[in-house]
Amino acid sequence: MRKSLLVLPVLLTASLVAACSSGSSTSESSAPASGAASAAESAGASVDAATATSAADFGGMAGLEAACKAEGTLNVIALPPDWANYGAIIDAFKAKYGITVDSAQPDGSSQDEINAATQLAGTDRAPDVFDVGQSVAVANTAMFAPYQVATWADIADNFKDPAGTWVNDYGGFMSVGYDAAKVPAPTSLADLLKADYKGKVALNGDPTQAGAAWNGVMMASIANGGSLDDISKGVDFFKQLNDAGNFLPVDPSPATIESGQTPVVIDWDYLQAGQVAALKEKGIDWQILVPDGAVVGGYYYQAINKDAPHPACARLWQEYLYSDDGQNGWLQGGARPVRADAMVAAGTIDAAAFAALPTVNGTPQVPTADQVTAGNDYLAANWATAVGG
Amino acid sequence: MTPPARTRSLGLRARSVWRWAILLLVGIYLLLPMVAMLDFSTRGAPGERSLESWQAIATSPGLIEAIVTSLQLAALSVLGVLVLLVPTMVWVHLQLPSLRRTLEVICLLPLTIPAIVLVVGIAPIYAQVTRFFGGSPLTLTFVYMVLVLPFAHRAIDASLRSVDIVTLSEASRTLGASWPRTLVGVIVPNIRVGIMSAAVISIALVLGEFTIASLLNFDTMQVVINLIGKRNAGVSVAVSLAALIFAFLLLIALPTSSGRRSASESEDS
Amino acid sequence: MAPYLGVVPFTVFVTLFLLWPTYIVVTGAFKDTNGEFSTEALGSVLTSANHLSAFQRSIQVSIITALAGSIFGALFAWAIGTGRSNGPLRRVALAGSGVFAQFGGVMLAFAFLATFGFNGMVTMFLSERFGESFLTDASWLYGMGGLAVVYTFFQIPLMLIVFLPAVENIRPQWREASDSLGGSTWEYWRHVAGPILFPSFIGAALLLFANAFSAYATAAALISQGSPIVPLQIRGALSSETTLGNQSLGSALAFGMVVVVAVVMTAYALLQRRVAKWSQ
Repeated sequence: MRKSLLVLPVLLTASLVAACSSGSSTSESSAPASGAASAAESAGASVDAATATSAADFGGMAGLEAACKAEGTLNVIALPPDWANYGAIIDAFKAKYGITVDSAQPDGSSQDEINAATQLAGTDRAPDVFDVGQSVAVANTAMFAPYQVATWADIADNFKDPAGTWVNDYGGFMSVGYDAAKVPAPTSLADLLKADYKGKVALNGDPTQAGAAWNGVMMASIANGGSLDDISKGVDFFKQLNDAGNFLPVDPSPATIESGQTPVVIDWDYLQAGQVAALKEKGIDWQILVPDGAVVGGYYYQAINKDAPHPACARLWQEYLYSDDGQNGWLQGGARPVRADAMVAAGTIDAAAFAALPTVNGTPQVPTADQVTAGNDYLAANWATAVGG
Repeated sequence: MTPPARTRSLGLRARSVWRWAILLLVGIYLLLPMVAMLDFSTRGAPGERSLESWQAIATSPGLIEAIVTSLQLAALSVLGVLVLLVPTMVWVHLQLPSLRRTLEVICLLPLTIPAIVLVVGIAPIYAQVTRFFGGSPLTLTFVYMVLVLPFAHRAIDASLRSVDIVTLSEASRTLGASWPRTLVGVIVPNIRVGIMSAAVISIALVLGEFTIASLLNFDTMQVVINLIGKRNAGVSVAVSLAALIFAFLLLIALPTSSGRRSASESEDS
Repeated sequence: MAPYLGVVPFTVFVTLFLLWPTYIVVTGAFKDTNGEFSTEALGSVLTSANHLSAFQRSIQVSIITALAGSIFGALFAWAIGTGRSNGPLRRVALAGSGVFAQFGGVMLAFAFLATFGFNGMVTMFLSERFGESFLTDASWLYGMGGLAVVYTFFQIPLMLIVFLPAVENIRPQWREASDSLGGSTWEYWRHVAGPILFPSFIGAALLLFANAFSAYATAAALISQGSPIVPLQIRGALSSETTLGNQSLGSALAFGMVVVVAVVMTAYALLQRRVAKWSQ
């Protein structure tokens, strides 16, 4: 009889937890409102930054800048400094506006960004902005706040959501990077199957987890007769690579390239480009090849967190990224900024960086969300057996 | 009847030879990676030794911060688990002896529930924890206290059993001491060995924990070591070696209980 | 009633941070993406060749490393246990074992990368002596083979910690008695010490199995292609950016792990009861 009294504290705790989890939805929605209200109070204007859809809502860029300065901080997530030159872009933003930028989890994946936003919702640490891959973006538009940057008109329609919840920021093509001193220059993907490349070819990530690796397998598929709807030829190619002993199950990183462990890396061309300068200093001649006729492109998606703790700064960041400075920043990282065509026409593009981009022969192919899902299903069932065990 | 001059069994000398052979082999096997770590982390230009990797520890982004965070977490977790567990165990020992078995089973549960499984279930709970306590990695204390429970319980339990707590507490109470005074002034000093043992093992465990910290996206020492390993292998190996040596020194300073019934290491109930 | 108040803080804490998450995992395995009851996630785990082979590989590597660890660890425990208690050797061995066994898969993974990895000490030594050959191809370290070797590395010290008390309970008088009665070494082990140690040995081996099965950190640090074991698949379900909406799959996989480990730990607990009578 007395032991049953012990059940009481357990029930107490359980009901506490239940009350907390049902109460959380109300506190979630009140937090950003209070955040926006305080931003509005301190900005001295009747602007609700959390629902602003363009700079005009702030009374122009000056108003937006003032609102952001009042907030003082920007939370970004999953932005490695050597990914499309983000390190320099963040530094330039900090220098220009004097805002503190808190860069969390540089090695996080796109899904980690969404997970962090969900888990930290209502706190000061939640990410303000997202830079995510296609699948994650398309699945989570409900979490994004619509906003149209000043240069909205420069961006082609298929690179943005009409409502403004997301907009493509930069993109590139899948490429094969190689150390010219350690391996002969490949002219196509088929060359990688030769004995010269034994134990030398690495793929950036696992395609069932990372977008970059997924697109790498798709590039292999298209090079071997597959298509955006059929990733199986790519998996077959990697199986062949593995059977020949050429595939290295190592995660390539600047450290592995420098030490010579991964002389050939399949990755986005801008990520490869980000390494070239640093590697040159170490005496490594890193070249990039986008295979002819197998041009798989992908853009990343930029969005603002609907429940951003610093809504004005999130929007100012967006404005900066799509200004000429921001776009050129990405270009200097080897990525193709989404406003490239407009900037070339206006002459504001960084011509030297633009000319340095790897040449592309063939029609770029960009997978749709549905094709990605179909590819995922195939990979989930077949990738592990093809390359592992 | 005198024992036969020669037995059919291995003599003591032969046994000693076997013993040392095993010790040597296992010793080499266990120490080889440590030596390799020392070698790897002191590589400079080809053919030379350099302390560059070790010096880079101070300048690696986020590493010092993560080390400090992990040390703070270790201290908080140990404090938390001791404050929670010692009074509870003493209480159960004295007042509710029928619950000892239940307490033991509950404290052994974290061994049955792998950290990777715990993480899947704890993410929603941590959403609430962050709401109340903010987003600092120090909130990992709660989960780490759970992970540490089996080891702390085992150590304190062994101590509690080797001392006659019942008599001590009765004597203290009849002499007029209150419960808190009895606990702090009489009982704790007597189970000091168990408490120290629990503390040291818990510190080592918290410093080495990776699974939960990485999947809840907190930057503790292990997470940052893993991150840095991708950019600069030398620094990660250097920090890993330093951390392993630190934990070794901690554990060796621990006063092990003597004799054959080294109950503090025993898994027996 | 009053005495029970003393355990309330502990009960609340354990419920919040241990029992409640376990409940979430177990029930999460039976939910679909809308939160309603469904056996879809469990079904997909049980019918998918990918997940089943992950369980198979997890169990396989756990059995292999538990066996290797328990055999060599038992020998190690015997060598330490028959030495001087409280001597420096024992203290060093126990401290070192505590560090390796419980202290972190990531650091051990780096230790092995420094030893057998591409630029590792042993690999470079071998390539200098013997030239390029299969001995110098370090890619085995990044797959299941490497995982087994690193797991064995921390299974042996764990076996020492867990098995040493049992070895210490063997009284030297038994050996003397056996010797003086004319028994050989083999007969001593076969008929005297063996049967006493056997339940402890099996129990310790079970513990080693559960330890290897649950391990995540080492695998996360070493293996980057294809999640071959269950903990890595759980990680993939939680944070993959290409295959989405897999919270319930993660819970289903976690539930499977709990079942396997619970079975093993129950067997372990039962064996411990048997052993208890020898430790008096």
